[in-house]
Amino acid sequence: MDDRYCSIMNKNKRMSDKIIYVLICISAAVSVFLLAGIIYYVFMKGIRSVNWNFLTTVTSARNGTTGIAGNIVNTLYIIIITLLIATPVGIGSAIYLNEYAKPGRLVRLIEFTTETLAGIPSIIFGLFGMVFFGITFGFGYSVITGALTLTLMILPLITRNTQEALKTVPESYRSGALGLGTTKWHMIRSILLPSAMPGIITGVILAIGRIVGESAALLFTAGSGYYLPKNGQFFNKLFESGGTLTVQLYLSMSKGQYDIAFGIAVVLLLIVLLINVITKLLTGRFDVSRKDLA
Amino acid sequence: MKGNKVSIIGSRGTKRRSEMIAGKIFVICAFFAVLSVASITIYMIINGTPALMKVGIIDILFNSDWSPASSNPSYGILYVIFTSILGTTFAILIGVPIGVLTAVFLAEVSSKRLAAVVKPAVELLAGIPSVIYGLLGLMILNPLMYQLELAIFKNSKTHQFTGGANLISAVLVLAVMILPTVINISESSLRAVPEHLKSASLGVGASKIQTIFKVQIPAAKSGIITAVVLGVGRAIGEAMAISLVAGSSVNFPLPFNSVRFLTTAIVSEMGYAADTHREVLFTIGLVLFLFIMMINIILTKVLRKRDESDG
Repeated sequence: MDDRYCSIMNKNKRMSDKIIYVLICISAAVSVFLLAGIIYYVFMKGIRSVNWNFLTTVTSARNGTTGIAGNIVNTLYIIIITLLIATPVGIGSAIYLNEYAKPGRLVRLIEFTTETLAGIPSIIFGLFGMVFFGITFGFGYSVITGALTLTLMILPLITRNTQEALKTVPESYRSGALGLGTTKWHMIRSILLPSAMPGIITGVILAIGRIVGESAALLFTAGSGYYLPKNGQFFNKLFESGGTLTVQLYLSMSKGQYDIAFGIAVVLLLIVLLINVITKLLTGRFDVSRKDLA
Repeated sequence: MKGNKVSIIGSRGTKRRSEMIAGKIFVICAFFAVLSVASITIYMIINGTPALMKVGIIDILFNSDWSPASSNPSYGILYVIFTSILGTTFAILIGVPIGVLTAVFLAEVSSKRLAAVVKPAVELLAGIPSVIYGLLGLMILNPLMYQLELAIFKNSKTHQFTGGANLISAVLVLAVMILPTVINISESSLRAVPEHLKSASLGVGASKIQTIFKVQIPAAKSGIITAVVLGVGRAIGEAMAISLVAGSSVNFPLPFNSVRFLTTAIVSEMGYAADTHREVLFTIGLVLFLFIMMINIILTKVLRKRDESDG
């Protein structure tokens, strides 16, 4: 090093420091400008397509309408079914890992597979769902195939968030409850889960975000149908093909229908923004560990 | 809770039974992940290997001619594998420096108020659906690349014009998409560096920047490696964002060539492929799956090492 005679008196001397400092600031600005640019561009291009008709009708040549109502309903279907299966299983798994299991081979295996499941790309889930639920189970291209596939995908998210939430519950709550003579399951159900609820809900909301944004895993499982469920046959829709908003966006994009694509993009961005705000509110407000300190 | 009478004397039998059942149910839930990974692995292997047997391992993996629709079909995916590896590498080379520097900004440099702008922006970037990145890449990047292409290859007679759907566009989209992952994990690992290391470095007269780059980043090394590995996983597995942006012909991954990744090959052909062609697409899936499993195993190794050195 050549600047061995460094002095605190003239510490502004180092040129390289300044350059790196500027680089750091530029890097940080990149994310902000990217986000601002994306939001601005999408809204500018897409806001014209979004109106009441666009949201409440189905694309039909006969009626001369262009709309995404069917896709919105499909997305809701898939969110609800996926969460109905994944939430209990994910929470149960987290409870086992955090409250019951003793550290060892088994826990390592479960944690490794949960980690792996989180790392598998959605296109692989798509292929797997297509053969496993679609062909082996015989569901074909249908809402239920898509939902089952996504269940596997969001399971790690819910497990991990619940685990984190359970970890923030102070040990004293557990000993207190057990000391009063409750059984373990009773303690979990009446003390732990209510205390960890905000964290669990955050996980569920993040999962909703993931489901709304997912496309590769759904293209070959839930298919691309865009019709509304027929009157009074809401259950049958489960076994019919149903494309979500993202799938429709992809299809419109590859067909060159950019107006529709940007319209859907606006709707998706609004949902993402909303989900972000809700998670922020939840994580800020109900952290048990912090309440304890206050 | 009101009206919920608990007695330690009565109903021991039922209580013990419900305790046992609850415990069992939780074990079953926990095994769900193990079961899923096992069945995914088995199904990928079952569906991915027949083509390897039928066409021949060498003819698929080490052959660069991809023409599944011709009368004498050839299913070489060598270029597709190259593209995925090269594309991911360059996305990492662009995304990681920006991501780590942003993490440094958030953890060390910025004021609270600035961080309150940058941090939510990063979180939102992570939440934007990949198809939207694809749409923007198609509408913004591709025309720009086309201009560049026209300028560079003005006099070339051999170059096939792609309209801007090329490797560079895809790499840029991927680089943006891995940013949030890299930033979040690097930031939390930088924050986890013990305060006394920083104070000691500043105390012997190192400047703030020197402290960050010679003390804090080396101390947070394993966290940053984790971030890079996760970034690789994200980039190599991304499909929808780049499927239209990268173009759709199988070529050697030169910057201005229209290319096809492992993921986009599946997305763009699964819709109509049949018989052997379809089986080869599953083989591509299997190759991708093997890459991801490798990354996951590396990741667990890194994490375990970190836990050991912490403990």
